[in-house]
Amino acid sequence: METTNTGRVWKFGDHISTDFMMPGHRVLANPDLSVEEAAKFCMEANRPGWADEVQPGDILVAGKNFGCGSSRNGSQSLKALKIAVVLAESVSRIHLRNAVNTGLPTLVAPGIADFVEEGQSLEVDIATGQVKNLDTGAVLQAEAWQEGTPPYEILQAGGLEPYMKAKLKERGLVST
Amino acid sequence: MGMTIAEKILAAHGGVDTAKPGQYLWCKVDATSGHRLGDLEALGVDRVWDPDKVFHVDDHQAPPPTIAAANKVKELRRLIKKYEISNYFEYGRGGILHQVFAEHGMYAPGDLVAQCDSHSTSGGVFNACVTNANLDAVHVLAFGELWFRVPETVRVILNGTLPAWCVGKDVILKVASELGTDYGLYKSVEYVGPVASQMSLAQRWTVSNMGVEVGAKFAIFEADEKTDAFLADRVNRPYEHVTADADASYEAEYEFDLSDLTPMVARPGDPGNGVPVEGVTGERVKVDQAFLGSCTNARLEDLEVAARILEGKQVHPDVRMLVSPSSQEVFGEALKAGYLETLLEAGALVEHSTCGPCYGGHLGVLGDGETCISSSNRNFRGRMGSPLADVWLASPATVAASAIAGEIVDPRDYL
Ligand code: SF4
Repeated sequence: METTNTGRVWKFGDHISTDFMMPGHRVLANPDLSVEEAAKFCMEANRPGWADEVQPGDILVAGKNFGCGSSRNGSQSLKALKIAVVLAESVSRIHLRNAVNTGLPTLVAPGIADFVEEGQSLEVDIATGQVKNLDTGAVLQAEAWQEGTPPYEILQAGGLEPYMKAKLKERGLVST
Repeated sequence: MGMTIAEKILAAHGGVDTAKPGQYLWCKVDATSGHRLGDLEALGVDRVWDPDKVFHVDDHQAPPPTIAAANKVKELRRLIKKYEISNYFEYGRGGILHQVFAEHGMYAPGDLVAQCDSHSTSGGVFNACVTNANLDAVHVLAFGELWFRVPETVRVILNGTLPAWCVGKDVILKVASELGTDYGLYKSVEYVGPVASQMSLAQRWTVSNMGVEVGAKFAIFEADEKTDAFLADRVNRPYEHVTADADASYEAEYEFDLSDLTPMVARPGDPGNGVPVEGVTGERVKVDQAFLGSCTNARLEDLEVAARILEGKQVHPDVRMLVSPSSQEVFGEALKAGYLETLLEAGALVEHSTCGPCYGGHLGVLGDGETCISSSNRNFRGRMGSPLADVWLASPATVAASAIAGEIVDPRDYL
């Protein structure tokens, strides 16, 4: 599996809530919205227009408590916008689990907020947690998932769905 | 080395003798919600691990305001039948999930529950580990188990005596304003001390409910006779109170003396923006909507205090006051106690039990530039409707008093 991602950085501050990623009055009020349509409203309240500017492979860098707030799966919108990796000073636990289950690599990277400026490029190895700032040459160590732990296995499988399919088959809970 | 409450509960469910922070465990789960039944079906699984341990109620868009929402409910009912879910609560017999599930005996001391919705930390008031599972819930539906990372435990010691007219909401707004909204991040927060004992179960429930606002995985209280009294007619399986060992280790301990606490409000933008309301009254903050509802603060004693304040008074002509009890059971009790009549006569709009206004869904969405004082738990920008609206969080007493005044006031002047 290719674990290295290179991309341009978008920077956000502390306490970026899932309400920012999936505004309730847009998403919950319109249950028929597709994942892609919902993603167009991502960060609309705190950064209007961002969802149109972001490019596939971009990297999102955030401060403390990223993904706080409701359990809405903000990672789904970020993945739909083709964000490759998320790095944050700290991440809310609900959001972190959502990210694992969605298969969007999201790493806790203490020090990241001061390590990179918006628009600079990073190279991130999601297996080892090594983050390199391609503009400054500086290197930062993010927390990688330990091999053998359940979240590692789920991310390796590509998210919860493929992981469960294999387990259901193994336990004889599905016929095919 | 002794264990904290969460470590004991996780160890017991993970089939190990001891659990330490940082350890990963596959745990048996006692119950979950039905939100992910559709995902289970999509995976080709035609039964849940235990239909009696799955609870469900439609609360967010309840009853459906659009055809699309109605079709979702129709689909949900099909799944409930297909998977033979017994604990399903129709409109009129339901309300907001955290309240309704508790009323029907989903949580008891020592339980481990993983269910959908971020405010699942509410269940910690029952001396149980109750937390949010999102996509993960489908794994529980299929296997009755889920992985957990044993969290560090943080102990919040609530000392002193709570002054009259201060309640659980003022306590949590105070604690969050001092410690910030991430002191519980990934952690099990255990609330102990004289004030924890002094608070009614409903007040503790507010504190556990807002556990997720401080990032917590679990927000646990010890159990006592108040806990048992609530559970008496609702839980018919044996359970034991879980206490931390004397030599349990905590990542941090925070002590508060709450004897001088005064009513708190959280300024718009973040639940951690708490300030004493007496420092805000001078700003003359005009209120367009006063919301007494949500799973945070719309229980019987919340409606009671609001009714006492509004008795014989009128909601300010420029204010719409919305009241939505936390469940239909609470609605019925408040009706019989006369609280709803008092609120109605004061000019409040009494709605059925619903999440609608709390998350900006329907039945009371805020417009551009409007200001709401709310007994709910979140005041993020855009949470209750327009991103240009301001939401202030407060206790039911402060909401009721402000509804009369038409601006944010100190409830102690209205009692
Ligand atoms: S009342 Fe509000 S916080 Fe509670 S479950 Fe409903 S939307 Fe969530």
